[in-house]
Amino acid sequence: MTGSVIVVGGGTAGMEAAGQLADEGFSVTLIEKEQELGGHVREWHHLFPDRRRSSEVMSYLKKRVEKVKVITGTKVESFHKKGREFIVSTGNGNSIHCDAMLLTTGFDLFRSERKEEYGYGIYENVITSADLEMMFNKKNVRLKNGEKPERIGLLHCVGSRDEKAGNLYCSKLCCVTAVKQAIELRETLGDSKVFCFYMDMRMGGALYEELYREAQEKYGIGFIRGKISEVSTNINNRLVIKAEDTLAGRPLKMELDMLVLMAGMEMSQAGARLAESGNLLTGENRFFAPADHHFGSNKSNVKGIFYAGTCTAPMNITETISHARSAVADIVSYMKNSK
Amino acid sequence: MVNEGKKRVWSDYQKEIADDHFFYVRSCIRQSFYPGSEQFFLNFLRNDLGKDVYENPSHTTCTGIGYHGDIVPFSTTQTVVARHFALMKESGYKNIAISCVTSFGIYTEILETWKHFPEELEKTREYLFKATGREFDIPENMAHTSDIIYKFRNEIAAKIKYPLINKQTGKPLKVVEHIGCHYAKMFPKHGVGGAEFPRVLSGMAEAWGGEVVDYPERRHCCGFGFRQYLVQANRGYSLSNTVKKFESMRPYEPDLVLTNCPGCNMFMDKWQYTAKEMEGMTFGSNGQSIPVLTYEELAGLVLGYNPWDLGLQYHMVQSEPLLRKMGIEINSEDKYRTKDGRQMPIPQNLINA
Repeated sequence: MTGSVIVVGGGTAGMEAAGQLADEGFSVTLIEKEQELGGHVREWHHLFPDRRRSSEVMSYLKKRVEKVKVITGTKVESFHKKGREFIVSTGNGNSIHCDAMLLTTGFDLFRSERKEEYGYGIYENVITSADLEMMFNKKNVRLKNGEKPERIGLLHCVGSRDEKAGNLYCSKLCCVTAVKQAIELRETLGDSKVFCFYMDMRMGGALYEELYREAQEKYGIGFIRGKISEVSTNINNRLVIKAEDTLAGRPLKMELDMLVLMAGMEMSQAGARLAESGNLLTGENRFFAPADHHFGSNKSNVKGIFYAGTCTAPMNITETISHARSAVADIVSYMKNSK
Repeated sequence: MVNEGKKRVWSDYQKEIADDHFFYVRSCIRQSFYPGSEQFFLNFLRNDLGKDVYENPSHTTCTGIGYHGDIVPFSTTQTVVARHFALMKESGYKNIAISCVTSFGIYTEILETWKHFPEELEKTREYLFKATGREFDIPENMAHTSDIIYKFRNEIAAKIKYPLINKQTGKPLKVVEHIGCHYAKMFPKHGVGGAEFPRVLSGMAEAWGGEVVDYPERRHCCGFGFRQYLVQANRGYSLSNTVKKFESMRPYEPDLVLTNCPGCNMFMDKWQYTAKEMEGMTFGSNGQSIPVLTYEELAGLVLGYNPWDLGLQYHMVQSEPLLRKMGIEINSEDKYRTKDGRQMPIPQNLINA
């Protein structure tokens, strides 16, 4: 195949799709705003459900883009269509022409400080799931004062299924991430007590339910159905949380050493900027709205522009890679028919 | 505790507070229980800062206590508040200054209701006109009186005579601040600093040299809760809420409690007396109870006003331990004397006296 494709966003979806588009014979340019490719996975430690090291995924993806022209440290500011051609403007003032565009702008983590009641950024030992992954990577799960945490809470649905935060949707990956991180905390810290505070356990992926069962039976992790309403500290600088145990029907107050907020996923700012500049439709959840949820999940409302990965909805790595591959199939078909 | 994080939250909740020409609305209870608060506010604004503060004698209750006690319907409350706005319009004012957190909550709830349900606004206009022939405008600026003192906190700090420093140890006094549920919990954007890490009182305490205590039950109700107290059978619940809050702050040994709301001040002050009488409980250091001051009383103290002119003797928990820490000289003989020298009856069994 001949023709040129620009892929915007060098995370999992962008790298996988760019590699496969290059395999199809297209001239592919992958543009990433950060200095390094990899997106969020680059900073993750292990992946669920099989605890594969993220570095293995990174190695695989890096191999995929060996034949691709990669531009890093560059933002795509806007684009417009002229005839059948797209002209893409980058932050450094350059313009690049192409026949088709694939947007893989991914997601931004919900800014947990927006849920003020949890005190992220104020209480030192309130961290996010992403912060915890970095601690796992550094093999240093410790409190701010260097001590080992003994009682840890993981709070699900931070910024997800939350009307007040403006996010009605489920971020889908946080439940299983919490279960995985809870297990890893028990393995890393030994005698610790770990509690997950959840609304519903949404374990709808392959081997997720098994992991959830293992967390309870093998690791003794406590699952409490109820959200935390507020966090404060006591005179010993320990966290004091209030929640409601909705199964027991009682309010609950508990001291913790560390609280991990399972931050949800939101449409990335980069994606939102492109949606505005290119008149691309977005859904109620503010992610890109696919042309058809069943038959056109990679297609946009503009011919020649395609989507892949978490810029359309929260999805895991397996789904992201599959979505990237199906985008390539749609692009191949478009390029054939537009000749 | 990371202060930078708090500053970020505060920056999200900056409200515009008018600078002058205030239409002042009174509280139902604070003049009776803490008369020095209102006197300080009016004197400080009018005479120290030269501001125009107008009070219309036809002003009434906002109905807040009846509304939250489930005996006044919302449409009546809206119409009463609309009448206040009509008085303001007739008097030529556009900035309202509300001196009670319950009222402030009522006003914010009504303005938000009218914003989201314009039909309620139209209905209220009709009710008011039919009942009184009056018409009203929505205020251009709405501030609680503590917002106004917060706005001028640095002017007060510049003239400070007795900073919130323990004269004996040189350390900042430990201040528990309590903004009251109806100040910002319903509509955080209407409160200085929002609801979770409010700034209105902590900003004053820090500007005047104190150190604010963050304790686990900081957000908890003072115990009033309207029906918790107004229904006599519920009063044990009211008291137990107050005790829960004070037990949570006890380990920090606070030097004073600073309140925003006349109701909170009353309950945090008077229930300490009750807890001591019933169970012998005290919550301050050295077995003492903790003085509970309004922001105006505290502003007056740091500026060097006579504590008895500020009415501190009318509190149930006496403030002498705090006055001694601040190095304020007091004349105990004047405590219960009128300005013309007559001796008033001296209450018995005062706490901390």
